Amino acid sequence: MKENHTFKMVLLGTTTIAMVVTMYLIFIWVPTEEEMGVVQRIFYLHVPLAWLAFLAFFVVFIGSIMYLWKRQEKWDVLAHSSAEVGVTFTTLFLITGIIWAKPVWGVWWTWDARLTAALVLWLMYLAYLIIRPYAADVQRGARFAAVIGIVGFIDVPIVALAISLWRTQHPSAVIFEGGLASTMLATLLVSLFAFTLLYWLLLMLRIAIRKDETELKRLKEQRD
Amino acid sequence: MRFWRKVLAITWKDVLSEFRTREIIFSVLVFTLLVIVIFNFAFGGGQDTIQMVAPGMLWITFTFAGVLSLNRSFIIEKEEGCLEGLLVCPVSREIIYLGKMLASLLFMLSVEVVALPIFAILFNLDISFQLVVITLLTTVGFVTVGVLFSALAVNTRAREMVLPLLFLPIVVPLIIAAVESSGLALSGESWGEIASWLQIIGAFDVIFLVVSFWVFNYTIEE
Repeated sequence: MKENHTFKMVLLGTTTIAMVVTMYLIFIWVPTEEEMGVVQRIFYLHVPLAWLAFLAFFVVFIGSIMYLWKRQEKWDVLAHSSAEVGVTFTTLFLITGIIWAKPVWGVWWTWDARLTAALVLWLMYLAYLIIRPYAADVQRGARFAAVIGIVGFIDVPIVALAISLWRTQHPSAVIFEGGLASTMLATLLVSLFAFTLLYWLLLMLRIAIRKDETELKRLKEQRD
Repeated sequence: MRFWRKVLAITWKDVLSEFRTREIIFSVLVFTLLVIVIFNFAFGGGQDTIQMVAPGMLWITFTFAGVLSLNRSFIIEKEEGCLEGLLVCPVSREIIYLGKMLASLLFMLSVEVVALPIFAILFNLDISFQLVVITLLTTVGFVTVGVLFSALAVNTRAREMVLPLLFLPIVVPLIIAAVESSGLALSGESWGEIASWLQIIGAFDVIFLVVSFWVFNYTIEE
């Protein structure tokens, strides 16, 4: 328990430093992009958020499978907490996307492939979170959520495929085609690193809170 | 062979109960017609507008009809305590899934067999063979995940509210593919044009048949 606490403090410290460095890089160090201007800087937040939302939902998928297989509560706690962080990140991802789209595309929202896919994903995992309290007991809620976590994640590539066939106007593969200046790439990578730490930290804190909640509930039941 | 006999026994049970209660097919069919009529008021206008919105109208109607009939599929079981009976049957959960799925498929197709021609007549559209295939494959996709979520939803407090929340985001790729390919089919395009959409629908059907078959167990265990 003690060791765990120390680790959390170290992680908190590292995340804070990494975030401060990221902010410095994004807002001061990296040169402003010529065409889009200052709004392009949101890209360094937007892309890591998207990747981490995806990672979070992948963790939900793994946690769900493990829970149905092993029936250990810790897997459900992992999946549930990761889903919450994932939905938060997806929300931020959508909001940053909307803020970016207005000056660049001239509209707040377009039914572009990736935005649409993110919105569908967001709705899907919102349902994952909503379903739990509706179940008669905690175990059943966990089981139902696990089923949704599995089915939902398997659906993601099909959603992506269908939507991209449907339409695409997103500034897509710039990152992979090497069209990104090296300073920009460096900023992106540092930001990605910082956000990964943040995800890890949030996940650990959420799991700890959830454990406390369970413990509290148990004590209350004991008293009654 | 015995496996399929058991599956069909469960399907037959649903068909028999539908014949006696007439709760699903008839009411869903009436609902479908009502939605089509209401859409007519919503979009009104000439043949051009109809041509443009017809595929969307068709699939919104069928999606809602699907939610409605899939909900009934397990609520009926729950209300009369049949679910417990079904669970103590000496058959595996996978058999229950397939049986219920085939029954739901049958009910939805019965609704569509009537609704599709009426839709075509009311809006002056031609039903091509392509459209029939698209409808058939999409409906299979609907029921594969629909029965899974219906079994899950019926065991929650909010029951019929839960199914659309789970079902709609998952079937987004199906709806996109169905609407796009139906649009192409209605304007008389060839098979080649709609092939990529049909592939998505087919992939969805196969993947979710397997996945649902595998996880169904966890939605109804007590």
